[in-house]
Amino acid sequence: MSQGKNNVNLLHKNYLHSLSIERRWVRFYQVVIFIVFFSGWEVSSQQRWIDPLLFSSPSKIWSLFLEKFHDGTLLSNLGVTLTETVFGFILGTLLGTVLAALLWWSPMLSKIIDPYLVILNAMPKVALGPILIVALGPGYSSIIAMGAIISVIITTIVVYTSFKEVDPNYLKVLQTFGANRFQCFKEAILPASFPTIISTLKVNVGLSWVGVIVGEFLVSSRGLGYMIIYGFQVFNFTLVFLSLLVIAVVATIMYQLVELLEKKLIKE
Amino acid sequence: MSFLAIKDVHHTYFTKASATTALSEITLQVEEGEFVSFLGPSGCGKTTLLSIIAGLIKPTHGTILLENKPLSGVKNQIGYMLQQDYLFPWKTIEENILLGLKLSNQLNDETKRAALDLLKQIGLSGIEKQLPKQLSGGMRQRAALVRTLATEPKLLMLDEPFSALDYQTKLKLEDLVSKTLDEFGKTAILVTHDIGEAIAMSDSVVLFSPSPGRIHKVFQMPDELKRLSPFNARNHEAFSTIFQTIWKELESLESRKE
Repeated sequence: MSQGKNNVNLLHKNYLHSLSIERRWVRFYQVVIFIVFFSGWEVSSQQRWIDPLLFSSPSKIWSLFLEKFHDGTLLSNLGVTLTETVFGFILGTLLGTVLAALLWWSPMLSKIIDPYLVILNAMPKVALGPILIVALGPGYSSIIAMGAIISVIITTIVVYTSFKEVDPNYLKVLQTFGANRFQCFKEAILPASFPTIISTLKVNVGLSWVGVIVGEFLVSSRGLGYMIIYGFQVFNFTLVFLSLLVIAVVATIMYQLVELLEKKLIKE
Repeated sequence: MSFLAIKDVHHTYFTKASATTALSEITLQVEEGEFVSFLGPSGCGKTTLLSIIAGLIKPTHGTILLENKPLSGVKNQIGYMLQQDYLFPWKTIEENILLGLKLSNQLNDETKRAALDLLKQIGLSGIEKQLPKQLSGGMRQRAALVRTLATEPKLLMLDEPFSALDYQTKLKLEDLVSKTLDEFGKTAILVTHDIGEAIAMSDSVVLFSPSPGRIHKVFQMPDELKRLSPFNARNHEAFSTIFQTIWKELESLESRKE
């Protein structure tokens, strides 16, 4: 009996060992790709296989990073973009959820609004940029509006669909207790849709970055989007690449944070 | 006057393609403390009638009186139990069983204690803070029964509450529900398609015929079966006699359809 148990323990240990070996190989290849990409970039730029003016090189980007970091311009621009993005996607998700709640509240309204939602969803929202800038002024508010507007319609559609798909038997339970429509929403519809709302939050993080960067392209005064457009205008592509890399890193961190929030909120 | 009086109820469902009459000329009376089963093939409008009595659907015609008062306006007099427990998965068992009290603003220390006591009586202690998914199917259905009884409804509706459970759990729960309802002197209506369950639990069985749903026949259960618990009733000799009778009626309904 104990012989058999030892055997199981041993097998389990072996299994765990094989898992950790696999994990190490995966990490190894990920690091290899990273090193090959950046060193390849560096070497081919120095050997002039690619045009260093256009494609810059990691070492130049790094020194520019240190320079911009020390004079504080990078952080201040990053702060601006980050604030706009965070507000944009929170606002977009909240507004979308509120709109979805309105549509759920009034089936009549949802029937009337339906074709307009389809049109608004199909339309590229960034095309509204110039109008927003004229209406709200070339500042934070119009850029935040860009970040929000790009995600609000799709959020409305996704969240409303999830509201409708809540098992009607939960509502039946509540109705037999004499619950009104607001109580039904609060006790069943909203909590049952939390996972969907959180997952739209994840999608909206990505969308809001698009909205905000395009907004900064158009407004052109501050932020990472401004750094890109400025670098492009003065033909300083090192600055463009620096901004791109910073955006990539920060957007990834933000996405991971939302994922962490998801795990915290949905304890399953 | 009867506790519950159903008078000449008709109900028709309308869809784009058709108008289906689900119920026709339903007149029925249920006395206080009585346990009545609605039995019949699927599509005979049993669940529709239950929903109408519970006030979830308005019938196209007819009236329902509970203690001589029309249903509209009387809230929380009726408890409803569904096929599955439908405990809210994001609420703890305690939050779940207090839900009815909370929604009707009856939640106070006293009603809360009563509900938690009921949970203990039904054999679920120490799970108040757990989530429904941590419980087995039978335990969840018991918790759902506590949730239904917590608001002290006068009339209990059971819509095939045992159909999703395994046979052994089902037999045990039948006994438990029957005992609990007897203790509290509750009036109950059970919808089922299980002849045995209907006979074992009820005082009378109402047999429905389909399309449109009508009351075909009402069987009064013999006194010796009424006194027994559902499990013991199943083993009584009178059980198989009445089972055969109802079975034949159901067969005749089937053949009439063809």
